[in-house]
Amino acid sequence: MTAVFTPIGDQVKQDLQDTGPPLKDRGFRWMLFAGLSVGIITLVALLVFVFLEGYPRLTPTLWQNMPSIRFPEKAGAQSAIMGSIWVIVTTAVICMPVGVMAAIYLEEYGNPTRRFDRIVEINIQNLAAVPSIVYGILGLGVIARAFALGQTVITAALTLSLLVLPVVIISSREAIRAVPQSIRAGSLALGATRWQTIWKQVLPASIPGIATGAILALSRAIGEAAPLLLLGAVTFITFNPDGLMSSYTVMPIQIYNWISQSREEFQVLAAALCILLLAILLVMNAFAIYLRNKFQRRW
Amino acid sequence: MPAFEFFQTVPITDFLFGTEWAPLFADPEFGVLPLVSGTLVITGIACLVALPIGLLLTAMYLSEYAADKTRRTLKPILEILAGIPTVIFGFFALEFVTAVLLKNIWPQTEVFNALSAGLVMGVMIIPTVASLSEDAMSAVPRGLREGAYALGSSRRQVTLKVVVPAALSGIVAAFVLGVSRAIGETMIVAVAAGLQPNLSLNVFEGMQTMTSFIAAAGSGDQPTGSIGYQTIFAVGALLFLMTLVMNLFSIRMVRKYREVYE
Repeated sequence: MTAVFTPIGDQVKQDLQDTGPPLKDRGFRWMLFAGLSVGIITLVALLVFVFLEGYPRLTPTLWQNMPSIRFPEKAGAQSAIMGSIWVIVTTAVICMPVGVMAAIYLEEYGNPTRRFDRIVEINIQNLAAVPSIVYGILGLGVIARAFALGQTVITAALTLSLLVLPVVIISSREAIRAVPQSIRAGSLALGATRWQTIWKQVLPASIPGIATGAILALSRAIGEAAPLLLLGAVTFITFNPDGLMSSYTVMPIQIYNWISQSREEFQVLAAALCILLLAILLVMNAFAIYLRNKFQRRW
Repeated sequence: MPAFEFFQTVPITDFLFGTEWAPLFADPEFGVLPLVSGTLVITGIACLVALPIGLLLTAMYLSEYAADKTRRTLKPILEILAGIPTVIFGFFALEFVTAVLLKNIWPQTEVFNALSAGLVMGVMIIPTVASLSEDAMSAVPRGLREGAYALGSSRRQVTLKVVVPAALSGIVAAFVLGVSRAIGETMIVAVAAGLQPNLSLNVFEGMQTMTSFIAAAGSGDQPTGSIGYQTIFAVGALLFLMTLVMNLFSIRMVRKYREVYE
């Protein structure tokens, strides 16, 4: 008689393969995954819905013509598109130098143990989380009325600069911090002054990071509507801005205006402008990611 | 400053505890409660969406279950969600969530309603809270997890009984920050929740929030020094105070948490 031996190692392997994680654990994993999908499904639904709704009006009239209340079939958004460009470029010119300078101060000269610098830091974190409409109130009360700049491109740009400044500062600081100390030490050891070190070594090395952060900040500014509602962008504008003191409207506000119209054609128009805005944002973000991947250096 | 002038005209108790809000009418009423309740109802709905889905499920999956490669594809997708202009979310809430979904499920839904605004707002804050609380969970030292595994725990047990409690302060901070974003959100509610001050808990009705009042009153040209102009500042000051307290709390939680683990 020959006994059939199962080698004991194989038996254990068999057992382990059969059981796997208990049902409860697998169920838990699927629950987590389902939770994650909610966000992604909504994103897809939003994009598909906006695209299907707006596609019929995604024609050159959208950027060739001016807004019109009576003729939705001929209405366009040229004044809003030009307005957005004016406001965003002005915002960039204002907030970039200020943000980068603040970041250099905090990273290179600031001292986290000093009371003043600590207060500034907490302030910046806090400012980043203040609702955007509160910036609109500030812009209305201080910039538009007290400085008497009125409801103009420059008022909007100053307000949006304040709004995105914390984002610019925080991302620039991170870029500056990523430059290793040894670079600074080397430069200082060769006899460079502190300022020469910053200007010739630290800044050039951190420019890709700063640029990425700035583009992301500006892409937030371009989609921002709430503060500009208070700053006159909501008026019906059928001309392109011709200077900093010109009145203006911007794309998100134009979308808002069209949504508020009751006729169905305007909803389609709003969706078409949404697609255009999303496309611009996509290009800006893709450019930021490209910059980051192309110039990112590992030290 | 105009807020101070406002409180010289209107007693602060009337403002905080009054239940009628009609500041721009001939016979004005300045009780801010309907606006606060509208804000809280919509924010509450947003939290019901974002707390379980964003904070717990998404963050737990990304931090504990997803492979590195999956995480690196999924996180940017969620960040796209965070980058969409809120006016587009508002359009989506009004034209899709209300018109296509809610109207078919509950026909009594009004065109402007708190539910769709709250739901969409919840989805909007998912990326914020998910990525912050994922950071908190990832920062839990490996040793704690390995210890739990060595004692024979499954991945689910490690996640629920070790990682989440250890990261709790960071998770709470993320949640509070999400709530403060929801309270301050303007465009979604201005588009989808309507402009009718409404002291009610019925989510199928339209409601006005503090932010959408500011937006509506501010888009008309209020002369400097008029009561309408001052009202904007008074409501704005209240809104700012509410979010400031929440943000300070959240920043403090994060700091405290860092002290423990670094």
